[in-house]
Amino acid sequence: MNKFLRVNDLKVYFPTDDGVVKAVDGLTFDLEKGTTLGIVGESGSGKSVTSLAIMGLHRGSRAKLSGEIWLDDVDLLKTTDEEIRAMRGRKMAMIFQDPLSAMHPYYTIGQQLTEAIRVHHHVSKKAAKVTVVDMLDRVGIPSADKRFDQYPHEFSGGMRQRAMIAMALINNPELLIADEPTTALDVTVQAQILDLMRDLQKEFGSAIIMITHDLGVVAEIADDVLVMYGGKCVEYAEVDDAFHAPDHPYTWGLMTSMPRLDRTRLERLVPVAGNPPSLINIPPGCAFHPRCAFREYASAPCNQVVPELVQSYPKHDSRCLIPAPKRAELFAEQIAPRL
Amino acid sequence: MSLLTVTDLRKHFPTYQQKLVRVEGAPIKAVDGLTLKLEAGETLGLVGESGCGKSTAGRTILRLLEPTSGTIEFEGKDVTNATGSELAHLRRQMQMVFQDPYGSLNPRHPIGAIIAAPFLIQGIKPEGGTKRAVQELMERVGLNPEHYNRYPHEFSGGQRQRIGVARAIALKPKLVVCDEPVSALDVSIQAQVINLLEDIQQEQNLAYVFIAHDLSVVRHISDRVMVMYLGKVMEVADRDALYERPMHPYTQALMSAVPVPEPRRDRERILLTGDLPSPQNPPSGCVFRTRCPIATERCAAEVPMPTELEPGHLVACHYPQVRTVL
Repeated sequence: MNKFLRVNDLKVYFPTDDGVVKAVDGLTFDLEKGTTLGIVGESGSGKSVTSLAIMGLHRGSRAKLSGEIWLDDVDLLKTTDEEIRAMRGRKMAMIFQDPLSAMHPYYTIGQQLTEAIRVHHHVSKKAAKVTVVDMLDRVGIPSADKRFDQYPHEFSGGMRQRAMIAMALINNPELLIADEPTTALDVTVQAQILDLMRDLQKEFGSAIIMITHDLGVVAEIADDVLVMYGGKCVEYAEVDDAFHAPDHPYTWGLMTSMPRLDRTRLERLVPVAGNPPSLINIPPGCAFHPRCAFREYASAPCNQVVPELVQSYPKHDSRCLIPAPKRAELFAEQIAPRL
Repeated sequence: MSLLTVTDLRKHFPTYQQKLVRVEGAPIKAVDGLTLKLEAGETLGLVGESGCGKSTAGRTILRLLEPTSGTIEFEGKDVTNATGSELAHLRRQMQMVFQDPYGSLNPRHPIGAIIAAPFLIQGIKPEGGTKRAVQELMERVGLNPEHYNRYPHEFSGGQRQRIGVARAIALKPKLVVCDEPVSALDVSIQAQVINLLEDIQQEQNLAYVFIAHDLSVVRHISDRVMVMYLGKVMEVADRDALYERPMHPYTQALMSAVPVPEPRRDRERILLTGDLPSPQNPPSGCVFRTRCPIATERCAAEVPMPTELEPGHLVACHYPQVRTVL
């Protein structure tokens, strides 16, 4: 049986006056219902562009898309605008990072959620309101029937994000894409929202793609992890392997540069040197090589040879020119003691 | 004598309602009774959720905002009522690094001019000329001194934050208030800037007031940590005491909510319900009581005073209790 979501060799290129921006360059992953994929990477690594491609939101822009996105045996890249509009919000839905700009300031929360139902279902406004109030209640908004008639600006940040989640879930989508849903929130509210997403996933069995730069959030919620760098996947593994036996120098860098509350305090952090690459001018060879602390161990000149994404262990892929046994050795000797 | 002594500092912002005439409403008590001491070379971490008054506190200490009441002393000299040249002189020794590396640098000035601004404003002529001093600073913070004439938009977020640091340390201050200096940066870059701040502190015996909402970053960099909620101080302690033996229920809840990069770890979570109350209309008694898991009637009636329960460990709670969360 085919997986619920399969993304195959997805490329999203933006032609600009200065050259082609390869925002996503050959991304492949899949996702089963009821499971969560965490996509991690720094700003400009192509995380959000990927999610917009799945939602069909690059249509009408200058982006050039290629590859395949199979959702339940429909290739989303080949659907017409009509077809994808019928799926958007119903089959798949998205939670955006900033709910204040993702919601319409002139309409009440109730109007916006009611519309989301009535676009896809022929129901009366009255019946839709019952569903909306019930959903607002489920995501933990107190006195939902009163809140129904309020505008987004009358909600606090956490409440607004809950309303966004309610809007995304209102048609029971099978795929939910959350693009940095908790980045703008305080930790106490973030914990509430993550718990809520976990509970709702149990209830509805949706597949979730969680896009974030916070490794802590990924560890809490994801089953699989995909690490992106410069538009490409550099590591793809199950969450336990990704955190306990990370297999790419960039992932190591992310882990050693992060102070951790659950470990003894280290005297010094080990950051990744240098700056993220410009997507217009991606370094030749391995995009990460100018910042890599271990490039001397590569089996081929990594400023010339582009490494392939290779399965080094079962269900664990990485894109690196350092031989896998050497990587395991480097991790055990140099990285693990620093974590 | 401490480097910085703040006593019962308050900053209230007036609010107005437009009726027939403008009527003054209840003020927003952004900072409500902040007392702290900071020694030379020490780092005090200031944590709390958005709206707790930590940024306002930092700005009021530097008198970028006028305090409503309370006193601020820097090396025994009064900052609260200093004016003119006296204040300008004090400001040489107290600088700030801002959160937003985009908004805090003038886009129309080359970075050489941005970093030179403190010399110009204070009328200081560094030995060997301003340009050389600026280039030395750029080198110190890890920027290429040849990029002297470039504009802020030509730099990445992390590099811009380095520019902000260079500007802040230009006059060799003794105190730098860092307001969320790394929260806008990517993880891999965050660590670079944190290490830079630590190195500069070592070299120049700088004191930091480090304002951040990220508890892991604050633990990494601070010697002492202060937890704020709705303008009030909830708990202050040495770093290890605070993280290993937090006594205030708010500190405990805050710590237990931080996601840790360790999959499938079952941790006891202290879930707070609801949102931060409005600082215009804070709850009676203890401001945290509306979200506190152990609040009683007494908490609504009596304001808990910060009490020293262990040497250097102050807690403002009627029912303090050590609870290990990490």
